[in-house]
Amino acid sequence: MYPSRFLYEAPRSLDEAISLLRDGGDYAKVLAGGQSLVPLMKLRFASPQLVVDINNVPGLSYHRAEPDGTLRIGALCRHADLERSGLLKTTQPTMAAAAPLIADPIVRNRGTLVGSLCHADPQGDWASVVLALGGSVVARGPRGTRTIPLAGFVTGPFQNVLDPDEIAVEAVIPAAQGARSGGYLKLERRVGDFATVGVAVALETGSGTVTRAGIALTGVGGSTIGATEAAEALTGQPLTAETIEQAAELAAQAARPRTDHRGSAEYKRHMVRTFVLRLLSRGQAAETAERAA
Amino acid sequence: MTIVYDDPEGQTTDFPVRRIRFTVNGEKKIAEVEPRLLLAHLIRRGLGLTGTHMGCDTTNCGACTVLVDGRPVKSCTMLAVQADGHEISTVEGLATASELHPLQEGFREEHGLQCGFCTPGMMMAAKALLEENPDPSEEDVRWALSGNLCRCTGYQNIVKSVLWAAAKLRAESGEA
Repeated sequence: MYPSRFLYEAPRSLDEAISLLRDGGDYAKVLAGGQSLVPLMKLRFASPQLVVDINNVPGLSYHRAEPDGTLRIGALCRHADLERSGLLKTTQPTMAAAAPLIADPIVRNRGTLVGSLCHADPQGDWASVVLALGGSVVARGPRGTRTIPLAGFVTGPFQNVLDPDEIAVEAVIPAAQGARSGGYLKLERRVGDFATVGVAVALETGSGTVTRAGIALTGVGGSTIGATEAAEALTGQPLTAETIEQAAELAAQAARPRTDHRGSAEYKRHMVRTFVLRLLSRGQAAETAERAA
Repeated sequence: MTIVYDDPEGQTTDFPVRRIRFTVNGEKKIAEVEPRLLLAHLIRRGLGLTGTHMGCDTTNCGACTVLVDGRPVKSCTMLAVQADGHEISTVEGLATASELHPLQEGFREEHGLQCGFCTPGMMMAAKALLEENPDPSEEDVRWALSGNLCRCTGYQNIVKSVLWAAAKLRAESGEA
């Protein structure tokens, strides 16, 4: 399959990329990992007139923690970089759990986290993870730089708030105030399939109570779902069988699954509940172990 | 190198072409390609290296896997223009004139193929694994090949083939 004809530019700086987008007419697309854009172009669901390939822009492959603990992930940081990251293993349990579950190992060599956020697929795993962690996207355009919380970044299936001449240059995960725990669980029919159900849980705890909670759901609605009521029910509470049960129930209620070839709506809602229970119970076990130590 | 483009309507007057420089199996190449040409098509049609197979054409099956700068990539999901300045390795680069690569020997010894369609992609994904991890467990091999589909064998013999190759490569490097 061939994409429709398009003009291709491979700028060597962000400024150059932004001016190409600004002059590129109505339908220019940024190409980073290309693992969603190229298939869409081949199927002609997307037919951009101009493709601006940012792979030759230096200095975008990073993921690094600042001294205060804020994590920054550049637009060309590949899923495989995050999967192999020692930094994530020691400081970001939710992200470290999700990285090996993105697509398949070969796709992970090219696909990027920031690109996945921009693609805004309701079945995209990273959007749930970043939403649960309270993260943001930093966008740069001709009018300057702005930081957009993920909750307001994705506006619907495959839609985000970027202007046509803006580029998402990095994702930002705020520093934790307490001890981090959490994880990501994904039900998929086989490696590389879209998530039937995915659940991201990101907790911060201190002195036996949850100081911040984020829960987000993949693949069970028209866009990534933030289970805010479930998260609020945990905040300020200790992790007990009762609070865990309540949060799992609220998260299941927040899901908006549809019956399809991957499973019935009822089954998917049940799996949301099960995954939240599992992830929070792990958090409870870690918390108990920490207090015992 | 000439690549012939389809023009079904007979009305194409002009389209963009870019000159790229790249290396394939150690040989330096220059090509003029239309931006929409996929890397898999450049390899198969432009270079005539038909060992790289096109299976699903939708980023699922991994039959078209090649190495770009040493890392496995599905070549149906990368534009040929993006190969500019990069090193491509295909299955044709595995064997020398006189001997097979240990991975190819392993697939022969352990009967790691039936129809052979997925084999080049399997081998290229396995090559990258063994370069990163010369002594993988069975689980490591299954993990590394989880982006490659085989519809014949059920994977058991493919995994054995890769483990066979790993053992042979370790023995060779021990001798060296």
